[in-house]
Amino acid sequence: MSNVPVNNGRRRFLTAATVVVGGVGVAGVAVPFIGSWNPSARAKAAGAPVEVNVGKIEPGQLIRAEWRGKPVYVVRRTEATLSGLAKLDDQLRDPNSEKAQQPSYATNAYRSIKPEFLIALGVCTHLGCAPTHHAGDFEQFVDGTPNGFFCPCHGSKFDMAGRVFQGVPAPLNLVVPEHSFTSEDTILIGVGPDASKGEA
Amino acid sequence: MLANFMAWMDKRLPLTDAWNKHLAQYPAPKNFNFWYFFGSLAMLVLVNQILTGIWLTMSYEPSGDGAFASVEYIMRDVDYGWLLRYMHSTGASAFFIVVYMHMMRGLMYGSYQKPRELLWIFGMLIFLVLMAEAFMGYLLPWGNMSYWGAQVIISLFGAIPIIGDDLTLWIRGDYVISGATLNRFFALHVIAMPLVLVILVFLHILALHEVGSNNPEGTDVKKPKGSIKPEDQSKFKFHKQYTDKYDIVDAIPFHPYYSVKDIMGVAGFLILFCWVMFFAPEGGGYFMEAPNFEPANGLKTPEHIAPVWYFGPFYTILRVIPDKLLGAIGMFSAIIVLFLVPWFDRGVVKSVRYRSKLHLLNLIQFSVCFIILGVLGTLPATPTANLIGTISTFGYFGFFVALWFYSKNEKCKPVPERVSH
Repeated sequence: MSNVPVNNGRRRFLTAATVVVGGVGVAGVAVPFIGSWNPSARAKAAGAPVEVNVGKIEPGQLIRAEWRGKPVYVVRRTEATLSGLAKLDDQLRDPNSEKAQQPSYATNAYRSIKPEFLIALGVCTHLGCAPTHHAGDFEQFVDGTPNGFFCPCHGSKFDMAGRVFQGVPAPLNLVVPEHSFTSEDTILIGVGPDASKGEA
Repeated sequence: MLANFMAWMDKRLPLTDAWNKHLAQYPAPKNFNFWYFFGSLAMLVLVNQILTGIWLTMSYEPSGDGAFASVEYIMRDVDYGWLLRYMHSTGASAFFIVVYMHMMRGLMYGSYQKPRELLWIFGMLIFLVLMAEAFMGYLLPWGNMSYWGAQVIISLFGAIPIIGDDLTLWIRGDYVISGATLNRFFALHVIAMPLVLVILVFLHILALHEVGSNNPEGTDVKKPKGSIKPEDQSKFKFHKQYTDKYDIVDAIPFHPYYSVKDIMGVAGFLILFCWVMFFAPEGGGYFMEAPNFEPANGLKTPEHIAPVWYFGPFYTILRVIPDKLLGAIGMFSAIIVLFLVPWFDRGVVKSVRYRSKLHLLNLIQFSVCFIILGVLGTLPATPTANLIGTISTFGYFGFFVALWFYSKNEKCKPVPERVSH
């Protein structure tokens, strides 16, 4: 034991330095713990495009496809449905699809490549439930509109172009994923006409 | 022999001292009523959940492919598996019933007021962790309601601006709810959350024994040292930690007086608990929901999605606000305001017995709104339901706002110095 008088400045410096170095160590150790919660390589790899045959869909009918574990709705819309879309514009949050919920080639009045086929993720933009397709009995939700999507979880409503109505919890239109026609009757979900990939 | 052993132990660990301090010589007010059962009942249910939970993990398989089947395996093939599972699932609902009653007791008798603010906050933290624990546990059977319930609640975090989408991805560990999500929820449900819960319960009781128990009169049984004549003090022997600083009045030792009383509560509780467990384990579809008897299906949301009953009130608040971010904020605020009750209440009189009519009415309207919100949470979202839900949401938050305003200069009755019965 030496009898050198206590040097408080040095003590404080050493304490502070220990705290800082220890803090950096704790932050470093946190990295693997937090990082391990990210999607694994296997989860990331499971995103292959999906092919859907649309040739046998009846007008007005909806079929579901699965892509990246999510439901994709493919609807063959009737002439009457398509012509009714414009009438709804003043009841919608984003009638002209200004928010980037669709690829550029689907940023049009019908939110699709070919007007008759709507391809949209069946994932409500509120909290992710799958909206129910109401064919013919949507008038109970919106007067004068026979077809649409109603989310059973929190009552959000979408028209047959996946556009969200006003006054519901969902903030955005349904997402139109990248998709393209590989033949007259076949669509490839996940890859756009210019080979771009992703959700929008 | 035993005395020698205890003497040996006491030299090395304060066993007898802790027993006396917290049980045999803990001064509990002598006028505890029915409402004071629920603290010990919550502990009983916690023990039940931990025990049955450990046994369930022995047969449960935490994976997207195996979870649903392993629950059916527990129900059909494991000896007494059905009983252990029903004890656990009924226990979950029972936990919330006793905790809600326990919280109501605190609100009625002002048990959150100075100096019990921290005690109340520990209690609220327990409530918060309990909700997380229940939510994660509900995903584990991997039924369709498990799946979509988790989908909705995790998506709530997506309402946070800028980081929302990345945060939900990080929580799920996948682009959709998947086996990865299930596995981490399992780990949190069986290890992380229970550990935190047990530590918080320990702190809750430690804080309680530091400040002492409140009572239905809202009086203090610990009076300043020397202010009470010896013949007016409680005749029992209390631990010197309490008697060194205070004169104790109107109190009895927790053990054996309240340990025996609580056994009565336990008996009554177990009769109800066992009746539900044996005759209505699904609780009429409220404890276990019908869509959860089919496996998780990421492509099909159940026609009518509803949370388990105990999340109903908060879920309704989320649902009636027609905006994603504000809805999420409203839902979380409903819990945060409860944390802040000790500061919303600026009064000094604790018990509703001696507070104004206004306070009594406010408490009643709050309870009614809470129950209505809970009922609505289990019903479909019709316009009428939304209107009633909106009114009840105002009632819920209005309780705290009104409390803040009237409690400052509230006209209260004089509070007696002593418990008179």
